[in-house]
Amino acid sequence: MNKVIEGVAYVLGNDVDTDQIIPAEHLVYSLSDPEERKNYGKFAMSGVPADQAGLPAGKIPFTENGQSESKYSIIIGGKNFGCGSSREHAPACMEIAGVRAVVAESYARIFYRNSVDGGFFIPFESVKRMVEEIKTGDDLIIDLNKSTLTNRSSNKTYELKSLGEVIEIIEAGNIFEYARKTGMIPSA
Amino acid sequence: MGMTITEKILAAHAGKESVRPGDNIWVDVDVLMTHDVCGPGTFSIFKKQFGENAKVWDRDKVVIIPDHFIFTKDTHANRNIDILRQFVKEQSLPHYFDVGTDRYKGVCHLALAQEGFNRPGEVLFGTDSHTSTSGAFGMFSTGIGNTDAAFILGTGKLWVKVPESMCFEFTGTFPEHVMAKDVILNVIGDIGVDGATYRAMEWRGDAVMSLSMEERMTLCNMAIEAGGKNGIIEADEVTTDYVKQRTDAPYKIYKSDEDAQYFFKKTYNASEMEPIVAKPHSPDNKAKVSECVDVKLDRAYIGSCTGGKLTDFMAAARLLKGKKVQIDTFIVPATREVEQDLYKEKIDGETLVDIFKNAGAYLGDPSCAACLGGPQDTFGRAKDNQVVISTTNRNFPGRMGSKQSHVYLASPYTAAASALTGHITNPADFIYN
Repeated sequence: MNKVIEGVAYVLGNDVDTDQIIPAEHLVYSLSDPEERKNYGKFAMSGVPADQAGLPAGKIPFTENGQSESKYSIIIGGKNFGCGSSREHAPACMEIAGVRAVVAESYARIFYRNSVDGGFFIPFESVKRMVEEIKTGDDLIIDLNKSTLTNRSSNKTYELKSLGEVIEIIEAGNIFEYARKTGMIPSA
Repeated sequence: MGMTITEKILAAHAGKESVRPGDNIWVDVDVLMTHDVCGPGTFSIFKKQFGENAKVWDRDKVVIIPDHFIFTKDTHANRNIDILRQFVKEQSLPHYFDVGTDRYKGVCHLALAQEGFNRPGEVLFGTDSHTSTSGAFGMFSTGIGNTDAAFILGTGKLWVKVPESMCFEFTGTFPEHVMAKDVILNVIGDIGVDGATYRAMEWRGDAVMSLSMEERMTLCNMAIEAGGKNGIIEADEVTTDYVKQRTDAPYKIYKSDEDAQYFFKKTYNASEMEPIVAKPHSPDNKAKVSECVDVKLDRAYIGSCTGGKLTDFMAAARLLKGKKVQIDTFIVPATREVEQDLYKEKIDGETLVDIFKNAGAYLGDPSCAACLGGPQDTFGRAKDNQVVISTTNRNFPGRMGSKQSHVYLASPYTAAASALTGHITNPADFIYN
């Protein structure tokens, strides 16, 4: 596992639900077809209300017109990130768009679980609320060994909560690799 | 120390004498449910991880209920139904309810109940967050993603962190004009959209146990709107009467111990409950209906796993009978069985279907329909900046199809009363006059 994650911040608020992350009308595309799945990157975060999209100013599209990859690879969120539906298309669309980590104050549990078990990206919890500390476009680096998030645009470092017991699944890659490592399912 | 019903069911399915909140355990799964939105992704992960020719762990425990994007010309959505068919054929799965056939059911959570897959004491996972609905039968049920569902397909097991339990007790009698929807909106408003995150929401008290199975399902259905892992109500005679009409399969009744530990306990006086709405754009944005009567509406929507059951339409029909709606009103039965009941059940000699048609409401086919927006041609999908009163479960921005629309969540009584006036209206105005 990479010990640092570097990227540009995209900041969102509280209660970002899965309908905002990927509106239901887009849940029709194949997640396994290499071309068709790019639609998920294209529509990632397309349901976020304009004034909440890319805080503090808002009105910043997550992906440019028609692109399936975003220049923002670290999402900053407030409380209850990923609430709502169990659609795994939500963490999947973020990964397809290039997201490698989320740092939120807290998560809705199915979204958190999907992120970890599917191995899409690492969902970190911040010790203090980050939404007002970081601006969309800031240059960030997460240090997994130190459990810190540094905003290189403001030269401030913040503490992240320990990943706790899910670290074993994150290190293995996903729930299947974890189960193989522990002998629960036969190695492929 | 005692255990809650949730802890007992999980312990039994992990082969343990007892479990405590926070324990990570592997449980044996009794039923895995998936539908058209998450089935295709689940099957492709299953094949990738277990092999192209791998077989599911137990054909009899897999239930596939297409319900989300059914009556649409969307070619991708229709292709996804074909993927379900193909997998069912490859695996010879007996519990598939195909679109366009007599077996088609509609919304999975009610279909699970009606087809006998909800059985006290069991563990049911589904690729849909409202899988918590099944907890009304005294079982553990919760929503999962495609990856976890694929893991279950291959192994019959899943890891679970045992949740702490929260106890919501209602004593006394609910007023006639108050429905389970008002009760759950009230509780979500009290504890917030993350007030039960990672926790079980256990419903207790004589007022809860006086409710029908459909009303109990409404309570458990929206546990997820408070972040809950599961909603649960101990099985009683009302439960077993319902189950025995639907299946001969055995079941086991668990009850919470007297000395079970709860993270939170609150007792409500049922007689003090009032009609509640959740204002835009969050299910915890609670207000009394009486505080919102000046809100003008463009349409009413009565449907979904939350508010599209026979009980919900009986309530709506009671108010709509002999009157005309003032705004576009959409009636979407959750399942075919509910739809058939609309043609059979009568109030003073008039069928529910006739009551709705004569009131000027529009009738749709059973499915999730506009509860979650869906493809552009979805029946009842919200447009532009419409103000909608809806018996569904979520009013997140854009949830019903338009980011500019405003959705008020309400009970079927409140939605019907409001349809008759064109503004948010207390059903008491019609029920007691």
